[in-house]
Amino acid sequence: MPGVVINMRGLFDRIAVLILFAVLIVVGASGAATSALAGPYEEALPGFVADSFSDTATAIDQAAASGSALAAPLLQALKDQRLQFSAAEKKVLIKAPDGKFIDAATGQPFAGTVPADLSNVRLNNRLRNVLDAALGSLTLMAADPNKRYDAAQSVFKSRDAATLPALEKALAAEQNARVKAAMMQAKAAIAIISADAPAADKIAAIAVVRDRGDQDAMALLQTIPANAPPDVLAAVTEAKANIERNLALWATVQNLWYGLSLGSVLLLAAIGLAITFGVMGVINMAHGEMVMLGAYTTFVVQEVIRTRYPGLFDYSLTIALPLAFIVSGTVGIAIERSVIRFLYGRPLETLLATWGISLVLQQAVRAAFGPTNKEVGNPSWMSGAFDFGGILITYNRLWIIVFTGIVFVALLGMLRFTRLGLEMRAVTQNRSMAAAVGIRTARIDALTFGLGSGIAGIAGVALSQIDNVSPNLGQGYIIDSFMVVVFGGVGNLWGTLVGALTLGIANKFLEPFAGAVLAKIAILVFIILFIQKRPRGMFALKGRAIEA
Amino acid sequence: MQAHPLIRMLDRGSTIFLVLLGAFAIAIPVLNLLVPATSSLHVSTYLVALLGKYICYGLLALSIDLIWGYVGILSLGHGAFFALGGYAMGMYLMRQIGTRGVYADPILPDFMVFLNWKELPFFWYGFQNFGYAMFMVLFVPGLLAFVFGWFAFRSRVTGVYLSIITQALTYALLLGFFRNNFGFGGNNGLTDFKDILGFNVQADGTRNALLVISCLMLAICFLICRAIVTSKFGKVLVAIRDAEARTRFMGYRVESYKLFVFTVSACMAGVAGALYVPQVGIINPSEFAPGNSIEAVIWVAVGGRGTLIGAVLGAFVVNYTKTFFTTGLLAPYWLFVLGGLFIGTTLFLPRGIVGTWTHWRAGVKEKSEARRSAEAEDGAIPTTGSPSTQPGAAE
Repeated sequence: MPGVVINMRGLFDRIAVLILFAVLIVVGASGAATSALAGPYEEALPGFVADSFSDTATAIDQAAASGSALAAPLLQALKDQRLQFSAAEKKVLIKAPDGKFIDAATGQPFAGTVPADLSNVRLNNRLRNVLDAALGSLTLMAADPNKRYDAAQSVFKSRDAATLPALEKALAAEQNARVKAAMMQAKAAIAIISADAPAADKIAAIAVVRDRGDQDAMALLQTIPANAPPDVLAAVTEAKANIERNLALWATVQNLWYGLSLGSVLLLAAIGLAITFGVMGVINMAHGEMVMLGAYTTFVVQEVIRTRYPGLFDYSLTIALPLAFIVSGTVGIAIERSVIRFLYGRPLETLLATWGISLVLQQAVRAAFGPTNKEVGNPSWMSGAFDFGGILITYNRLWIIVFTGIVFVALLGMLRFTRLGLEMRAVTQNRSMAAAVGIRTARIDALTFGLGSGIAGIAGVALSQIDNVSPNLGQGYIIDSFMVVVFGGVGNLWGTLVGALTLGIANKFLEPFAGAVLAKIAILVFIILFIQKRPRGMFALKGRAIEA
Repeated sequence: MQAHPLIRMLDRGSTIFLVLLGAFAIAIPVLNLLVPATSSLHVSTYLVALLGKYICYGLLALSIDLIWGYVGILSLGHGAFFALGGYAMGMYLMRQIGTRGVYADPILPDFMVFLNWKELPFFWYGFQNFGYAMFMVLFVPGLLAFVFGWFAFRSRVTGVYLSIITQALTYALLLGFFRNNFGFGGNNGLTDFKDILGFNVQADGTRNALLVISCLMLAICFLICRAIVTSKFGKVLVAIRDAEARTRFMGYRVESYKLFVFTVSACMAGVAGALYVPQVGIINPSEFAPGNSIEAVIWVAVGGRGTLIGAVLGAFVVNYTKTFFTTGLLAPYWLFVLGGLFIGTTLFLPRGIVGTWTHWRAGVKEKSEARRSAEAEDGAIPTTGSPSTQPGAAE
């Protein structure tokens, strides 16, 4: 497959250029101190001036062996036909892509007058092979293990036999186990595609590649021709099956992780609703707008920080959390006192009235902040990602899962162990009895509604990190939230937890087969059917009181 | 002694409503077509289309009132049936375009050519036939309502739960119809219609005819609703609304009653959608948005639920307000007004306009009768507690 090989080479080149720039920056920073001493590197330079292929070959090897940080940019320039020499002044210059000249001896911009007789250092095919090997060995021998690892990876992908000598040399010197394994894999990759390697070597190489177990290993094994010796083919088939199993396992893990991530978002959005709807029996269609208010609070906090106290940016979410709780909670209490308290026992009417409230809140936010999306930044500890086996885990999702867990446990603890929680449960279970023992039910109603709304607000802070902050933010979550609460069972926080995680994970497992939208439709249809079987959700409360 | 069913069905309010509707259906086309444009009495074609749209909304509101006002089923997904009827009509109109589309394909609508489809999906077959399309206008929403209702009512999903899953139903359809490969034009929906039964959709005559047909359908559906709610069947429905468990214990098959009315109501909503599409010239997935269905519920609440006439009146009042607010400088305030209507109606006008009016009338009548009887038999206790014409909290 020549096309693929060329692409791999292109990738390799690009990586090499990146490394080159990195080296240039390092050299620029360390200044002239490193280049003042005449070492093997400087001794190699005159070889380029001779304009003879054999001298150039010697010079390449010398430069590569010198261990100087300047060697890589020099050889890269040679490879790109940007290395020029002046026979008259015995100077070697690197012509940078922007047309300026760099003195190859010092790595600094060339200060003097540019010699008139500059010409390119010429290459032939033999020299190009020498050069490639030298370049490969240079990065394979780099001081930074990450750089060596990347170099080994790019050799694995390019499977360029010319790098084999450099690779073997690097392998002999390598101490770092991770880099060593990558180099072994690179070596195995070269052995697998080489035409003349003995079958036993190939089988050993296939075993090494099999242990790598990812898509690249699979692609490599695909290149083995069907007319290879039967024992090699048997090894390939075994290795492929092994890799497929491995890939399937990681795909499952990835689906689980994404599902957990989606489930935690659903739980965050729904958990406040589980209180207002589940515990109080109030259908709060403005719940999504409470989430939106929390997200806008985050935006405002970040704006203030950005303009006044830029140093506090990393703490913006920590500051926004209590504020969002207060803002949404206060609005919630205001709604309860002004509208909902007149509508207890008429759930369908609360539904309509709170829908009206949601429209008013949306339009108010639109009037205040404009209809467009607002930019909310990730603090540094929430941006970025890391590899975990075969999957990529982003920090913001990870933090949201952690945060959701904290909110859930805190809420559970609050309802279970505090006086307010006790009174809330008393009022929702038997209002008149609660009133009879001296609990101020009206106050508890307001506080419960405020608590549900406040939790929606802090959900908004988290969701602002992964979603667009716009006046429509809440609309996107309201139906999902109701589905979670209805599915999980009303009046039961554990039901909400199980409901959210089940729906999140089911969604992510359906997506590869059906696509995101169809998966969502399938989930909605499933819930509609599920409600038939268990009209009160998964963990329904039993008894007469809830039949009302 | 029973009065003739037709007379019993048409009380004074209904008669007035039908006469007014008839007068409206005659007056508007006359004022549009026969009165010269210079006259101050002339009704513009724009207004004809707008009024036609209101009539369709009125029919949708009527269908919601039938199930919400009389059986206590609050459907937050009735817009789905409306839109399905609309799509059935839209598919017929799409097939009528023929070679006049942008790509001039005689069979495939433009969006299919654009998506590089080679042949018509099977569910588009037959829609070139008007009769078949009209059958589908009733059949598709009816079938969906029947299947959905069969599942929901049999397992006794009621009240809030039913409302929420009807909302999920329309949301699922919204997501589906937004997809390009679903076969209904995706995001853009169906538009650019040309002919209906050979008449130009844009022509003044056609618009007026559509308005008259809409009024006619509204009148027919109103009579059907009246017939349902004034019959013995209707009494059972009200019994279900007020005490479902008791009605069931008395031996009525509550599910069957609900299922029948729900299906009839969905068919009416489908008819409303079918009439709506040629008058506005487009049908797209946004009709499935849950917000639309909820808005339709507020028309009923404003007009007065359980009054039939009130639903139509509410649709007119709210939509006229909407037109007034969304054109011109007041546009940014429309959502405040709509939100205020939702809150205000539930808090201060729970019976709606018509309900409040009839309640007040009943109160006045009762007082005057009490006074008369007090004058007649000095000191006698007046009879109190007139039968409420209005539902309490339906759950």
